[in-house]
Amino acid sequence: MSRLKLPAPLAALRARMRRHFGAHRTQGVIFAILVIGIALPLLSRVPPFGQLQSINAWTNAFTIAAIYAILAIGLNVVIGFAGLLDLGYAAFFALGGYTYAIVASPFFGIHIPFWPMLIFGAIIGAIFGILLGAPTLRLRGDYLAIVTLGFGEIVPITLLNADKFTAGTIGIGGIDKPQIPGIVEFTLINPWPFYVLIMLMLMLVTVAVFRLEDSKIGRAWEAIREDELAAESSGINTVISKLQAFAVGAAIAGFAGVFNAAKLTIVSPGQFGFVVSVSTLSAVVLGGMGNVVGVGAGAFVIYLIQSIFLKQLNILVSQLGIPILGDIDFLQFQYVLYGVVLVIMMLKRPQGIYPARRRMRTFADSKETAK
Amino acid sequence: MAAGTVSTVRTEKPRSALALPVIILAFLAAMFVWMGFTQFLNALTLGAVYALVALGYTMVYGIIELINFAHGDVFMVATFVTMFVSGTILNQKEGIYGIPQLILSLVIVFAVTISIMAIIGAVIERFAYRPLRRAPKLAPLITAIGVSFILQNIIQYLVGPYTYNVPQLFPVDWAVMVGETRVPFLNIFVITVAVSLMALLQLFISRTRTGKAMRTTSMDRDASSLMGVNIDRTIMITFLIGSGLAGAAGVIHGLYYGNTNFQVGFQSGLKAFTAAVLGGIGNTAGAALGGFIIAFVEVGAVVLGFSRWGGAVVFSLLVIFLVFRPTGLLGSHTGDRA
Repeated sequence: MSRLKLPAPLAALRARMRRHFGAHRTQGVIFAILVIGIALPLLSRVPPFGQLQSINAWTNAFTIAAIYAILAIGLNVVIGFAGLLDLGYAAFFALGGYTYAIVASPFFGIHIPFWPMLIFGAIIGAIFGILLGAPTLRLRGDYLAIVTLGFGEIVPITLLNADKFTAGTIGIGGIDKPQIPGIVEFTLINPWPFYVLIMLMLMLVTVAVFRLEDSKIGRAWEAIREDELAAESSGINTVISKLQAFAVGAAIAGFAGVFNAAKLTIVSPGQFGFVVSVSTLSAVVLGGMGNVVGVGAGAFVIYLIQSIFLKQLNILVSQLGIPILGDIDFLQFQYVLYGVVLVIMMLKRPQGIYPARRRMRTFADSKETAK
Repeated sequence: MAAGTVSTVRTEKPRSALALPVIILAFLAAMFVWMGFTQFLNALTLGAVYALVALGYTMVYGIIELINFAHGDVFMVATFVTMFVSGTILNQKEGIYGIPQLILSLVIVFAVTISIMAIIGAVIERFAYRPLRRAPKLAPLITAIGVSFILQNIIQYLVGPYTYNVPQLFPVDWAVMVGETRVPFLNIFVITVAVSLMALLQLFISRTRTGKAMRTTSMDRDASSLMGVNIDRTIMITFLIGSGLAGAAGVIHGLYYGNTNFQVGFQSGLKAFTAAVLGGIGNTAGAALGGFIIAFVEVGAVVLGFSRWGGAVVFSLLVIFLVFRPTGLLGSHTGDRA
């Protein structure tokens, strides 16, 4: 980027923007997401992207990718900032979704509006995060991993078995869509209101997480991640601090869960399996743990590869008529892809494709530090 | 890792040598009376599977302090290997199928599955974990999750998401009558094999040079390296043995339950890990004990009519133990850092 030669006025503009957004990161984030939010739909009209699928399908894909980006940013708070491995992250996503589904669907006949529930879903997520975290965050990190793995397993099982409240396997359908009377109507056919809403949510979450990272809490997380013993002896209450990270991560998942339920208009236990936790984790690992922008981009990359690239690969291969390759369903490789991303990234580039400056220190081993 | 001596020294709790066997016997008797013979036998067999898988978790954790998430999936792959090997054997079957043929085919199934799984385990260690031995702890954990996911989905890709029948090598109708209850030979065989394998493992760890190397490596890797222990080789042997035991567990699962699918490793893995924690992680005798306890808890839940909640009960047990007694029942050598 920096070596690119720009005409003088543009270079001056870039320098000015850099200075400005360097000092005002919140404005920078808002500006960047606005630009991306406008650029993505425009880009999807341009060949070759425009020919792959309709603009509405693209918009839907971007909406879901943005949900994953929010999840990845939330998981990044837990893994990247505080260094706690949470393998049951999908459970909080599920809890947010079910919370909204129960109070805003014909299932119980209750219809509470979407907007307050967006906040309430986040609160429910945080409460469960604290309930799970309070007893287990005193443990070592690897025990936490297995407990969260179990939690991620138990929540869908409970949702499946408590059919009086959750309708079991079928799930709760006909969930209310958000409403802004007189201004815009959210429908299943028109993807744009959801797209705008999720971009605003992404903006909100990103700004909040950036501000948290720079706050006293964020610095405490970083200290714990780098050296828990040293952090504790410097007067940081490590348990409270980890609990905060866990609660913030869970709240973000609950927040995204409410939107997800409203967007899909149905929640069922099958949507929230271990796969969701792992795909979010691979987005975080791909983008670089601790790097907010990186993990958001990682989520977009992972989601777009699995939902568009692999599908196109199938079509392409069958059109070319290569005998053996034509029989392979590349879509089935998406799950293997997550595993491969996790292993290869950890072995070859643990700091992520585009590492955060702070994070580099953690993964730089003695050899690299010596340089 | 270790043998009883290590954990007793570390926990420094003088305990009568007889106390534990007596407690176990009393527990077994109570369970026997409560759940009846059939369920009791069922629990013992399930316990054998969990115990064998738990041993792999606990050995690896004991030596490199890594929760090997891929271990449950190694077990899952083993059930499929069993399926193919016993299918092949049954296809070759000609004429009568007597006891010598049965013994021969059982030996073949066990030998082939155990060797394949041992090799897979060692390969995973070599390529996925060894390069990260000095990396921060998060890195190998995430790699392990990745390996687990790759194994699961390669199998799903190869065989599809269906539940398969494992061909029955062992005649299911062979049984002896004890009074009025029917005791299938299959159960007796399975439990005997599992218990002998565990006994062999204990002997190996406590009596051989390699076993001693494993114990010292788990206590202090650098010091044992200075004493001439080949660390890489010792860790690889640990993976070979642990995965081999998971292979044996896979054969037993195939023989006894007669079916498998690509997800069987995830749930069993979680339960086996709980067993390892219950017994005291790093403690092989504890893992075996924990495996049987978990099986009794699960079968007990079925007896009480909560079969759908068996997983939730086991998981709650895991959280309770981690919070209140992270060193497990028999004490673990790493528990103090929990």
